[in-house]
Amino acid sequence: MNDDATVHVVHVTVNGEEHERTVPARQLLVHFLRDTLGLRGTHIGCDTGNCGACTVIVDGQAIKSCMVLAVQADGLEVETVESLAPRGGSLNPLQQAFHEHHALQCGYCTPGMLMSATAMLRDNPDLSSMPDEELRRSFKGNICRCTGYENIVVAVRAAAGAQEVTS
Amino acid sequence: MTDTLTEPGIGTGTSWQGQSVPRKEDGRYLRGEGAFVDDLWMHRMGYVYFLRSPYAHARILSIDVSKAAAMDGVYATLTGEEVAELTDPYFQMAPGAANGMVDYCLAVGKARFMGEPVAAVLAETRELARDAAEAIEVVYEPLPLIVDGVATAEPDAPVLHEEIGTNVAWTGLYDYGDIDWALAQADHVVRIPHMYFHRFSSTPLECNAALVNWDPGTDTIDVKSNIQMPMFASMYMGPALRIRSDRIRWETQDIGGGFGIKITTYTYITAIALLSRKAGRPAKWAETRSEHLMGSGHGNERTFLDIEVPVMADGTILGFSARAFDDAGAYLRYEPLGAVIWSHVLVGCYRFKHVRVKYTETLTNKVPVCPNRGYSRLQHLWMVERIVDLVAHELGFDPVELRKRNYVQPEDYPYEVPNGCVYDSGNLPLSLDKTLALIDEPKWRERQRNAPPGKRIGIGIGSTLDSGTNNFGQSQIINPQLPFTGNGEAAIAKLGFYGEIQISLGTVPQGQSHETTAAQVAADVLGVSPDDVDVTAGFKSLQNAYVGFSGTYASQFAVTGLNAVAGAAEMLKAEILKIGAFALGAAQSDLELSGGMVQVVGDPERAIPLAGIANLALANVAALPDEIADTTSLTCRYVYRPPFEVVDTERKWGNISLTWANQIHACVVEIDEATGQVTILDYAAVDDCGIRINPKIIEGQVHGAAAHGIGGALHESFTYDEETGQLLNATFFDYHAATSADIPHLRTDYVESPSLTSPNGAKGMGEGGGAPLHAISNAIQDALADTGAVVTHAFNPPERIYEMLNADHAVRGVEVVSR
Repeated sequence: MNDDATVHVVHVTVNGEEHERTVPARQLLVHFLRDTLGLRGTHIGCDTGNCGACTVIVDGQAIKSCMVLAVQADGLEVETVESLAPRGGSLNPLQQAFHEHHALQCGYCTPGMLMSATAMLRDNPDLSSMPDEELRRSFKGNICRCTGYENIVVAVRAAAGAQEVTS
Repeated sequence: MTDTLTEPGIGTGTSWQGQSVPRKEDGRYLRGEGAFVDDLWMHRMGYVYFLRSPYAHARILSIDVSKAAAMDGVYATLTGEEVAELTDPYFQMAPGAANGMVDYCLAVGKARFMGEPVAAVLAETRELARDAAEAIEVVYEPLPLIVDGVATAEPDAPVLHEEIGTNVAWTGLYDYGDIDWALAQADHVVRIPHMYFHRFSSTPLECNAALVNWDPGTDTIDVKSNIQMPMFASMYMGPALRIRSDRIRWETQDIGGGFGIKITTYTYITAIALLSRKAGRPAKWAETRSEHLMGSGHGNERTFLDIEVPVMADGTILGFSARAFDDAGAYLRYEPLGAVIWSHVLVGCYRFKHVRVKYTETLTNKVPVCPNRGYSRLQHLWMVERIVDLVAHELGFDPVELRKRNYVQPEDYPYEVPNGCVYDSGNLPLSLDKTLALIDEPKWRERQRNAPPGKRIGIGIGSTLDSGTNNFGQSQIINPQLPFTGNGEAAIAKLGFYGEIQISLGTVPQGQSHETTAAQVAADVLGVSPDDVDVTAGFKSLQNAYVGFSGTYASQFAVTGLNAVAGAAEMLKAEILKIGAFALGAAQSDLELSGGMVQVVGDPERAIPLAGIANLALANVAALPDEIADTTSLTCRYVYRPPFEVVDTERKWGNISLTWANQIHACVVEIDEATGQVTILDYAAVDDCGIRINPKIIEGQVHGAAAHGIGGALHESFTYDEETGQLLNATFFDYHAATSADIPHLRTDYVESPSLTSPNGAKGMGEGGGAPLHAISNAIQDALADTGAVVTHAFNPPERIYEMLNADHAVRGVEVVSR
């Protein structure tokens, strides 16, 4: 299947590191990240863009990497969960808040959830005026089957340093 | 991750147990360093793809794999015909004719549900495996089909398994007290002809997956998978593959949720093993979401018929009678255990004395059911809570007071219910009061009275039980020939060269924080911090201890798992003290373990670190007297065995579970009359699971179970087309797993009634008992009270609410006969 007619050369910057790779035309970005680059923190949960386990940030936007072909990321900058904290170093404030507030159980949705929240917090660093309803809508594209979302709301607010606001 | 915990009992006491110790597991997940199955690979491995039946019921006339097998990069193919030669059918737990059910890992001769695997391919890439599967040519002859779980029991229904000759897999009468007498005595009899609990699934976010290597040199099968109950799977797979069961070597690590759905994947793992052997390569399978929804397992679907409830004038409910039809789908892969497991909660939270249930388990052309959070009990508990609520509505009782009148009372425990189950503890009236306080019920009653035009407000209560720690003797109620009784769990505690404490478990966690709570227990026994205790991630059958029913399921870890850890740690402590007494020249009774040291009480100068103990036992052993060296290994295996007895299969009587956690939920809904849309305005849950080992983790389980139930009540239902047997919602587009926008803020509180039967006073509690399904049905009923509508379905999407609002309720779905 990897004959010349169906492969392309892409240049993608991932977590600050530039990569040049030859990829099959039909390869999804999520498979490029996981299989080609070995970044296994980005997960696959549904294949239809509903669950958000594969969420990464591309040129500043949170996107679902199972909905994008690797060739479409040519020339773009990708951030994955592996970029949030240095290996062996301290967790970043969002990760730390997830830990302190028990905002994860099985951990499968967590990387996507963190990347969604990271993008949202960059756009909305102060959540003090954002009602819970809106905050919940901001990550409704990330399904979590363990936590009931309750502690994720708490953790994201804590990470933003915001006062608790209810709808 | 290290949280630099320093001392136990911060602020409260002297024990790590009881504190919300931060999770030891979190670090790797937060960094994206979890090792889930699809993250693993092996040299020379291929990818597996299953070709599935597009028909719900069809004879397989021929399968031609030649085009697929000829494709460059295809390593092996597998068909049902080969499977029938290479394997034997899985053993069946059902008695009678259904015991002869022929079930293989691929369809043989016939496909019996849409999505059933009929062939499989192992190939160089996942894309090629898929392409090759599409190149397999299968000729089907479609057959008449049935998806109705009640009608399938009729003699004219198309039969799924000719060798059984009927679609009735199991039937039995559960009859306690004297319901006929009660119905004759009662001041009122409430009759509900039909109630229906739908199919849904908690759909773990990580689908099923396995990396299997059948090593030709040793003829062993290494399975890295996310299966929840591996040793149970060995019981099925060993005989089926005609190999020693210990040749199957299980390994799990991080599992992305399970909820019971990952118990029955042994069929897929069998097929993958055969492909690996055939190709002489490791084989990896990662199920897609659509495959998961159409081909893995669904929660049990149940229809209740002819419900009759005798009620006295003062509101005392005497019991009920009903017929139940449980639809198991096309095969019995954990069933018919569900046909007895529901009876852990025969009378729910209530002091009913007279109960009769005629229970029938049937087969249909749908995905086989498998345990799903609240397995087999939540369907029954929903029905019980629905009938209590309907009694209140129809006879004019206050729903709160009626529940309190009929609840098992705090002074009743230990309370034996009519089928011999002994509820261990609880304070249901207090839990209910706390729940109603959380939502401020009077406030909502006021708003209900003043609801704006076009809106209706309803308040509902869901009282439920979470029975934990099965007595597998219950299986003999289904089939007296089954060699299963009791239960147990194993753990190993070790001391390493430099005094490191390591625990390994027989359990297979999927997010339940076992590494953390096991460390809390071991730390308390051994006088160290949880940071000092390493709990092995996952389960490895070559390394960990296990018993036949080891695994993580059925709300039991706090009892079976943690009591096993406590036992193993106590054994290790005894060995440490024995060696310490020699080293310090002191009596064991004068020694204590604290801060990683063995020391003489009151004389901290006379002490030896754990590393010194380990040195003596592991590397300096000639220095030890024989009587000590011969009786210490610093590797201590303990099996916790709950105090169960063999059950009375004739009377269907016995203590078939050990603990009963309870949860009371309350929910406020608003209904939009124009659309039927239900919005949850407020939600509260009060949990009583006895002694709490880690309150934060328990609260997390309460949140999760609440979200599953809310999803099941309002958003999640598998729909099969009656004509074609097609599953109509086999993607996450169409099957709406509840999102953050669907789940409201969850208020929680707790009551702590120590278990009288578990040595640590704790109760398993993760399944939650499906309370949101009860509470939401009851809240909708409350909102619709003046319309005459009766909520008879557990799943209530807007279209059903709209229909209830606009239907003619001349025939109401409930009838009251009063004397």
